[in-house]
Amino acid sequence: MTTAVAPTGAAPPATRSGRNEPKRKGIRSPYPSWFYIPAAVLFIVFFAVPTFASFYFSLTRWTLFDVQFIGFDNFVQFFQEPQLVQGFINTFIYGFVTSAAKVVLGLALALLLTGPILGRGYLRAVVFFPVLVSTIGVGLTFKALLDPFHGVVNNILGFFNLPEPGWYTDPSLALLTVAGVDIWKGVGIATLIFMAGIVAIPHEYFEAARMDGAGAWSIFRNITLPLVRPATATVIILSLIGGLREFAMIWAMTKGGPGFSSDVIASVIYKQYQAGFFGLSTAGNVILFLVVTAVMVPVSWFLNRREAEL
Amino acid sequence: MTVTERITTADARKLRGGRRPKEDRRPMTVRRWIRKYLVGIIAIIVSVVVFILPFVFVFLQSSKTSQEAGLVEFSLPTEWLFWDNLVEVLQKNDYQVLWAFLWTTIITVFSCAIMVVFAAMVGYVLQRKRSRWNPVINFMVLAALIVPPAVVPTIWVLQGVGLFKTIPGMILIEATFGLAFCVLLFRAFVATIPKELDEAAIIDGAGPMRLFFAVVLPLLKPVIVTVIVVQAVFVFSDFQNPLYFLPGNDYPTVQLGLYNFQSQTVSQFNLLFMYILLTTIPPLIMYIFFNRQIVAGMTSGAVKG
Repeated sequence: MTTAVAPTGAAPPATRSGRNEPKRKGIRSPYPSWFYIPAAVLFIVFFAVPTFASFYFSLTRWTLFDVQFIGFDNFVQFFQEPQLVQGFINTFIYGFVTSAAKVVLGLALALLLTGPILGRGYLRAVVFFPVLVSTIGVGLTFKALLDPFHGVVNNILGFFNLPEPGWYTDPSLALLTVAGVDIWKGVGIATLIFMAGIVAIPHEYFEAARMDGAGAWSIFRNITLPLVRPATATVIILSLIGGLREFAMIWAMTKGGPGFSSDVIASVIYKQYQAGFFGLSTAGNVILFLVVTAVMVPVSWFLNRREAEL
Repeated sequence: MTVTERITTADARKLRGGRRPKEDRRPMTVRRWIRKYLVGIIAIIVSVVVFILPFVFVFLQSSKTSQEAGLVEFSLPTEWLFWDNLVEVLQKNDYQVLWAFLWTTIITVFSCAIMVVFAAMVGYVLQRKRSRWNPVINFMVLAALIVPPAVVPTIWVLQGVGLFKTIPGMILIEATFGLAFCVLLFRAFVATIPKELDEAAIIDGAGPMRLFFAVVLPLLKPVIVTVIVVQAVFVFSDFQNPLYFLPGNDYPTVQLGLYNFQSQTVSQFNLLFMYILLTTIPPLIMYIFFNRQIVAGMTSGAVKG
């Protein structure tokens, strides 16, 4: 703007450009930068320093008393011991399963709960409430409900002569059982975000589509689904971050067991820490950091790119 | 950012209002009647089974004798011992449960207070002032949301400053890990406050401190309530951080206490479920009174990522 005026030369800076000038000495900005300082101190001391330190400590054999530099041995060990590799793979399974289920179920519930339905307020409250309950409480409750021998769920299944799986005692099922309970607890927040996305779609679109004779499926496919994309992106990103980092639910229900069948990186970190292998534990932390970044950067890039195209 | 704006502001409000007026104008056909009532009734039944019965189970378990609770059946207790169990669980291990609630409350209150003030200051300046630091700060906020905290090095830092296994250390840790999310909420909300207001206050002679604490901060009240409620629920339910940074029996916290309770008292399922029931009460109270703020906070959690 001001450059266009510049050729007239003599004119002193216009009043408008006066505001954009670099700060003059003597006039203090009403928005002082030191407002950042208290938060920055906390952030640096308790987050940035440990994060950077973790890169160093992950290359050491670290006990309570001494630190010994051993290069990449911890990482090598991490990918050689079968149980640690298992934890690495399980992290992805857990993250993707919970995330996908929350997207599908959350969207379905949100469609149901934004439409005309009996007891809508009640249903919304009930679906959402488990989000607020503590993970440990939920985990322990379901541990009792899913007890393979005399748990309520298996009693019911037995009553109908259905197979009674070992839920969290069966190594092939344990991880998915924990993921299922996680979904039960977390689907409410996905539903909530999808509901916000759906009610944000201008109602005229649905009316116009209906005028043109579109059925329920084609309205969903061609209007709702593309237009709730921001909400979908949010749900995927949130639940992936949560799922890849999940610790409490797994620890409350199985402690990574039976064996190492439901271990994830976060539980491996805790186990190694408990055993006193601080270096290995920190290496786990660095790996978790890399996993989360390696998953989140492309995913959020992809989701945002598609959003921009619309 | 687009996600945030689209979801938080107008839409969250619409969501709270609940009704879509246009919807009701269409005549009630048989199909729509079926959809509304039949599907509704099925949904209610399913929701009772899936979402209500686990809580009923917790309640029933907590009212039984220890032998009966050990059977983990879904049945009415033959003898209602709700109060006895409540008293017993509170007295267990020298009132450890009561202490746990006390310490957790203290941690929650102080960490939320720190988060509100510090994050509001950052969110406000970040939104108002253009500087070359903004991209850096935005990046760090996102990083803090995504990056899992490095556990053992954090303990190492806490030991270095002498705050490991102390309540102040726990408060600062919870505050730090919650800051990023709060900053995003505050930044989004400050954007809705007209800048002219700041200018008027400056012309009237308010300094930066007065401008923020006397003019802007009071206007942030809605988002402050949201931040407090959402973070209070998070901090209260947190298990992982107390497990790492506040171990031992000196300062029991609720979730850690619950977890340890489970491993110590295998034969007393009634008391365990009473404890679980107790931990669901604070979130329930929060939900009943601050439903709207929680919804606003969670949907603008849309910002995350």
